[in-house]
Amino acid sequence: MKQGIYKIIQNVPLTDNVMLMKLAGDTEGVACGQFINIKLDGLYLRRPISVCDCEDGVITIIYKVVGKGTKQMQDMKEGDLDVLTGLGNGYNTSVSGDNPLLLGGGVGVPPLYMLAKKLIAEGKKVSVVLGFNTKSEVFYEDEFRALGATVTVTTADGSYGTKGFVTDAMGDIDYSYFYTCGPEPMLKAIYNVSKTSGQLSFEERMGCGFGACMGCSCKTLYGNKRICKDGPVLVKEEIIWEK
Amino acid sequence: MGKMNVNLCGIELDNPIIPASGTFGFGYEFAELYDINMLGTFSFKGTTKDPRFGNPTPRIAECTAGMINAVGLQNPGVEKVISEELPKLAKCFNKKVMANVSGFSVEDYAYTCEKLDKCDQVGWLEVNVSCPNVHGGGMSFGTSPAAAAEVTAAVKKVTTKPVIIKLSPNVTDIVSIAKACENAGADGISLINTLLGMRIDLKTKKPVIANTMGGFSGSAIFPVAVRMVYQVAHAVKIPVVGMGGVSSAEDVIELMLAGATAVEVGAANLIDPYACKNIIEDLPRVMEEYKINSLSEIIGGVK
Repeated sequence: MKQGIYKIIQNVPLTDNVMLMKLAGDTEGVACGQFINIKLDGLYLRRPISVCDCEDGVITIIYKVVGKGTKQMQDMKEGDLDVLTGLGNGYNTSVSGDNPLLLGGGVGVPPLYMLAKKLIAEGKKVSVVLGFNTKSEVFYEDEFRALGATVTVTTADGSYGTKGFVTDAMGDIDYSYFYTCGPEPMLKAIYNVSKTSGQLSFEERMGCGFGACMGCSCKTLYGNKRICKDGPVLVKEEIIWEK
Repeated sequence: MGKMNVNLCGIELDNPIIPASGTFGFGYEFAELYDINMLGTFSFKGTTKDPRFGNPTPRIAECTAGMINAVGLQNPGVEKVISEELPKLAKCFNKKVMANVSGFSVEDYAYTCEKLDKCDQVGWLEVNVSCPNVHGGGMSFGTSPAAAAEVTAAVKKVTTKPVIIKLSPNVTDIVSIAKACENAGADGISLINTLLGMRIDLKTKKPVIANTMGGFSGSAIFPVAVRMVYQVAHAVKIPVVGMGGVSSAEDVIELMLAGATAVEVGAANLIDPYACKNIIEDLPRVMEEYKINSLSEIIGGVK
């Protein structure tokens, strides 16, 4: 973990309520699947947001405007942010096999971008399934394609790509391992139909984001874990579904 | 530079700053960031006789100038704290640590305190009779003078180190409880634990916290802490450790003027992991600004 001041160099909409922000500052040690924790004026708790990309002193995040904090971020044009970086365990790419499958749902898509980049750089053949509710919500399809991944888009209402959920597209794809991030019902559905091992990234309401407060604990078959510190990525074999 | 050292129940602290239990784990997350030996000491994660997972999530809710938590005393249990956590802590902290203890019966408290009392690393026992997030224990001992005194006496009987009783603000007369603890042999009082609070999510029309209610902390509660530290410090002869919403060097001095011998910093650590380091480094400047030569001289300065 590191604390730093980051300069907002870009903050633009990708869809009606999803924004892309680029932050310039120290990027040493930032890994795929990790998150950053942003302090905002007038709000007590920091806002944890997953890292979409990180290179050359610039961190890219993609966030959905859902509450007070993200609304405040949406309205920022420029300025500096107090940010904690290097939070969470991130994805482990060493176990992916030759042709991993990446499945993202909504704002669960962004952390898979940096992961896809890394897997492709390691010489792996990457398939990506991006799931959204409807056509107007789709983002980053072209960006994944530009990396060299095979991309399938699903929409729940069938207005774009394959109709249905990400799991409806899984059957046609041959994969050695899977990585996913998205809403918990999606993670659970993937857990149930997947034919290989995999890594799932979870979300929980956090206090500190760096392992001190025990606000985001969960039970796993490998013992109690803190989503912020021991996660957010858990391996399929350790997960206990409680909710 | 002014003197920052204070004496807490016979043990000298380089400065009065103590990260509060539950906001500092067992120290190592913070030791990654800075040398935690600069702290006066710190109070480690509330420890119980048996391991506890705690409450279901969500356990955290944001408030204006504060937060609510309902962690529910998640901890590995006293055996593992002694066999695993304390040896790890020894690698990054060479001062005496404050052992924070909770229980569900008088016997629990005595059992856990007796074990921790035997550890060389432990300097003080901070006995939490004020956790708002567990049923059938915790706060129920801290809301009655007789029950708080019973826990105090039972712990004192089996321990040799200074015993500091941590009190709840969720009572009508905190002075009577503090006095009961003092009469039962307590060596110090720490206060305040969190205020019982609740938030409701307008979208779901349900409580934000899975456990419905939780402990409210953060800068919003600071005036309550000042008032209660003032009331208790003027009623007892033993040292008072003040806490509740402290987030600056100015806050530290204010609580000491109210009667605190040392000051715990809680929620601020969760927002800014460098909070305690920054406060300690800022204290000399603030002391100079207010013409304070020695912190120990201002304790209880407001009559």
